[in-house]
Amino acid sequence: MAKPKKPAPAPDLATAAHLPWHPPAPPVATALLISLAALLVRVLVSVGPYSGQGVAPKFGDYEAQRHWMELTLHLPSSDWYRNTSENDLAYWGLDYPPLSAYQSRLHALFLNASLPDAVALRSSRGFESLESKLLMRWTVLSSDLVVFFPAALWFVWAYFKCGVGGIGEERRAGWTWLLAIVLINPCLVLIDHGHFQYNCISLGLTLGAITGVLSGNELVAAALFSLSINHKQMSLYFAPAFFSHLLGKCIKRKYPIVEVMKLGFVVLGTFALVWWPFLHSYEAAMQVISRLAPFERGIYEDYVANFWCSTSVLIKWKRLFAIKPLKLMSLSATILAFLPSFVQQVRSPSSLGFLYSLLNSSISFYLFSYQVHEKSILLPLLPASLLGLQEPQLYGWFMYFGLFSMFPLICRDHLLLQYIATLGFFVLIYYSPGGSYKNAAKIPSGAKAVLSMALVCSFALQIVYLRIEPPKRYPFLLDALIMFICFSQLVVLTLYTNYKQWMLDSHSRSIGRKKDL
Amino acid sequence: MAAAATSPAPAAAWAFAAAICVKLLLVPTYRSTDFDVHRYWLALTHALPARRWYTDESSQWTLDYPPFFAYFSRLLALPAPFVDASLVSLPVPDAPPSFAYLLYLRLTVAFSDLLLLASVLLLATDAHRRRRPFLALVLVLWSPSLLSVDHVHFQYNGFLIGLLLLSLHFIEQGRDLAGGVVFATLLCSKHLFLVAAPVYFMYLFRHYCCGRGVVRGLGRLVLMGAGVAAVFSAAFAPFVYYGQMQQLFNRLFPFGRGLCHAYWAPNFWVFYITLDKILAFLLRRLGFNIQMPEASFTGGLVGNSSPFVVLPKVTPITTFLLVMLAMSPCLVKALSKPQPRHIIRWVSYATTCGFMFGWHVHEKASLHFTIPLALIAMDSLEDAKHYFLLSVVSCYSLFPLLFENQEYPIKVLLLMTYATLMWVGFSSHFTANSAQERKKVNESSSVVKKNSFIGWISFSYFLGLVAIELWSQVFHHYVFGDRLPFLPLMMVSLYCGVGMMYSWMWQLAWIVKHT
Repeated sequence: MAKPKKPAPAPDLATAAHLPWHPPAPPVATALLISLAALLVRVLVSVGPYSGQGVAPKFGDYEAQRHWMELTLHLPSSDWYRNTSENDLAYWGLDYPPLSAYQSRLHALFLNASLPDAVALRSSRGFESLESKLLMRWTVLSSDLVVFFPAALWFVWAYFKCGVGGIGEERRAGWTWLLAIVLINPCLVLIDHGHFQYNCISLGLTLGAITGVLSGNELVAAALFSLSINHKQMSLYFAPAFFSHLLGKCIKRKYPIVEVMKLGFVVLGTFALVWWPFLHSYEAAMQVISRLAPFERGIYEDYVANFWCSTSVLIKWKRLFAIKPLKLMSLSATILAFLPSFVQQVRSPSSLGFLYSLLNSSISFYLFSYQVHEKSILLPLLPASLLGLQEPQLYGWFMYFGLFSMFPLICRDHLLLQYIATLGFFVLIYYSPGGSYKNAAKIPSGAKAVLSMALVCSFALQIVYLRIEPPKRYPFLLDALIMFICFSQLVVLTLYTNYKQWMLDSHSRSIGRKKDL
Repeated sequence: MAAAATSPAPAAAWAFAAAICVKLLLVPTYRSTDFDVHRYWLALTHALPARRWYTDESSQWTLDYPPFFAYFSRLLALPAPFVDASLVSLPVPDAPPSFAYLLYLRLTVAFSDLLLLASVLLLATDAHRRRRPFLALVLVLWSPSLLSVDHVHFQYNGFLIGLLLLSLHFIEQGRDLAGGVVFATLLCSKHLFLVAAPVYFMYLFRHYCCGRGVVRGLGRLVLMGAGVAAVFSAAFAPFVYYGQMQQLFNRLFPFGRGLCHAYWAPNFWVFYITLDKILAFLLRRLGFNIQMPEASFTGGLVGNSSPFVVLPKVTPITTFLLVMLAMSPCLVKALSKPQPRHIIRWVSYATTCGFMFGWHVHEKASLHFTIPLALIAMDSLEDAKHYFLLSVVSCYSLFPLLFENQEYPIKVLLLMTYATLMWVGFSSHFTANSAQERKKVNESSSVVKKNSFIGWISFSYFLGLVAIELWSQVFHHYVFGDRLPFLPLMMVSLYCGVGMMYSWMWQLAWIVKHT
């Protein structure tokens, strides 16, 4: 069929002003297109260097992962978490839960089939080659494709199916945008495919669990979330949100005790399955647990934009307190921080409230818990991106400062080019043409000015960081400044999201009740 | 149409910015010897006076582009000393380039693509002053072939095609003089575009000079001639002055190179060579005593002498005549009824003829007609179908250029993303348009079903493409081991040749029927 001979301006405008994937585009093909683009970005980033490339003798996270593959392939599971003659825990000892170890073993089998030298016991320490880099990159890519991608697609489907953000034509048109921002999360892409980690697995499992909750498959959600915790213990940042939301829902049902017991049974069962090889003795299990909670490493490391590190300029926490009181302080501070959101979800659980609560509880952990890494910002960024349609400005702001908080790390890894490009992708997706469905909340101009100040400071700091050597007396002056800016933004964001979650209360109670019927 | 005149510039700039991000990420990827070529040219034009540009032989990659490209290199070399002094020192050091050095050269390519963006922005309105669909512009800016040839393999095609598109824009808008001058500039930058010159000549002669009375026509002819002559003299006058025209000519047209490039471009000659091989094989089976030339079935991909056994030898003159013959219907059309709205189609067809029948054609030359055709890909459903096939085939035929493992997923994903983009974009565009149509004329036959732009034949053709790729990547190794290493490449050339042949015939039929 040819184009209409006398084209009316209407179709012309409709096709020219909008992106090709706007309706009436076939949804499956559109989802495929976005997934392919997201995969392409990952592959492109993976061409770049990884953490600790060529930096003997300790290398970086890449070597840690490779070392775990080597260990899990050649040693019996009982020796994975123990210091033995073959397993020197001081050299990148395994410090993630068993599911991570299994995943390492699976990938080691794959590597062993094509390049046995890369995972040979002992002799492969610090093994680096172009081929092994490619194979290792492929393990991350495939994990991402198998775990995170399906979870993201399921989430977007469930988000609209269950009408989380309200139903309306405008919102429906935003599904491509939502999928794009969930899949092309610059921080996640940089850390997994640049720096080299497997956050896509634990976050993908968490995302699956979130979708399970949203779509009403709570038992699936419980199992997936348990798996996520068993992949990286950091997933516990989300635990209060899951616990409070599910508890709140169960209480409202006919047989609350039975419902809670069902969930508990699934969680315990999943844990038992994953921990099976370590359950034969108390010592074995405790050995693993002690590896997972390295309290001796101090309350913070490097310059992470959380409460303890930022305030340490004024109060020398590490010098003033021993480890034990610090543990207690951080625990109570964290609990206090997530308590409001926890209470809100127990009282009136709702889908939207659940997403807010995920954000609030994970950010509380980031700000106040013990031993937080800068990479842990990935955890609160996940729910922030899920809330993208609801809170576009919050998402944009948070993502930018999350990325900025990792800037020193990115520079250490020589990933600056990849940083600029992924930041570019993020900005471009955020401002994609025809994206008028984003409901822009009005921000008072005073607040806008203050916020823009932070933005300008961050730009200036990035340039200064790259061009100017810090003074000799304060070698980490710029890192500290970056930390301060990010911390201040995070505090504002936390207050705002907690406020929003509480404000949902009156509105969402009716929806929550309707859904339970 | 005034209502449609709201600028699509922000959207196109958005697409271009996204492409820039991809280009940035492509900086550390594989680069071919073309990188060394341009690195040397940058140093050459910066370090030596113009007198020695075409005589210097301090590197094996001697300058073999026309003078404007040398000037362009000179321009790109201007800021180079601030980045790395070794960028512009001769002889070019053997050591692999530093990262800053690599980044600089990569960025010059990305920077020169700005011309492509400018042309695309100008082309956002077509000959009828209607807005082209946004997707048509995106198809140019996101072309996977352009990305992999320019930003991985390393060339400056974006800049050159930008010039071509600019001249096409001027002609579409009826500004023939500007179009002719820009085309002359393009010729003085890369002479491979000479193949489009006959169409330009016929069109401009008839459209610009004829039909306005003898005096005005002559005046215009002189004006156009003066414009073009001025461009050519700006390019070549210094070298005439130096007395280097013979040397320059030998550099630009190295006919000693043989009919086919190292890797066979998927054109008519692939069939010719294959037929020759098959005939030789059959005749030998039948007992004829046939001498196999040096360039044999497996190793004979690089050939200076005639590689043919049975079929007659092909000379440059033969290929020239064939190209002209193939082009003639289009020339007749351009001469008899010159219309600005068909110029993109005609010029693309002319370059297609050059690609199909030309002498020593590079596989990269398929860019010269694939990219302009993207602009008219959404004019009709037929065009969309054709462009879908052509762009996939042309991009796939470039796969062997990027042969390292690291780039394998990149090239596959680039192509798949682009193909899916076309699928999504074409479906939604033609579904929307047919919905519009249905409102006007209540005709059920005009309903375009989803995906109807892929017919059964092209669908099975694409399946064959996948099978060929699987064979060359996986099964070939199991069946033949290390023997016949060139067989997969031949299969790719031959199979893509079929698609290219179809595209050529489709374009020819369309031009004969509809213009």
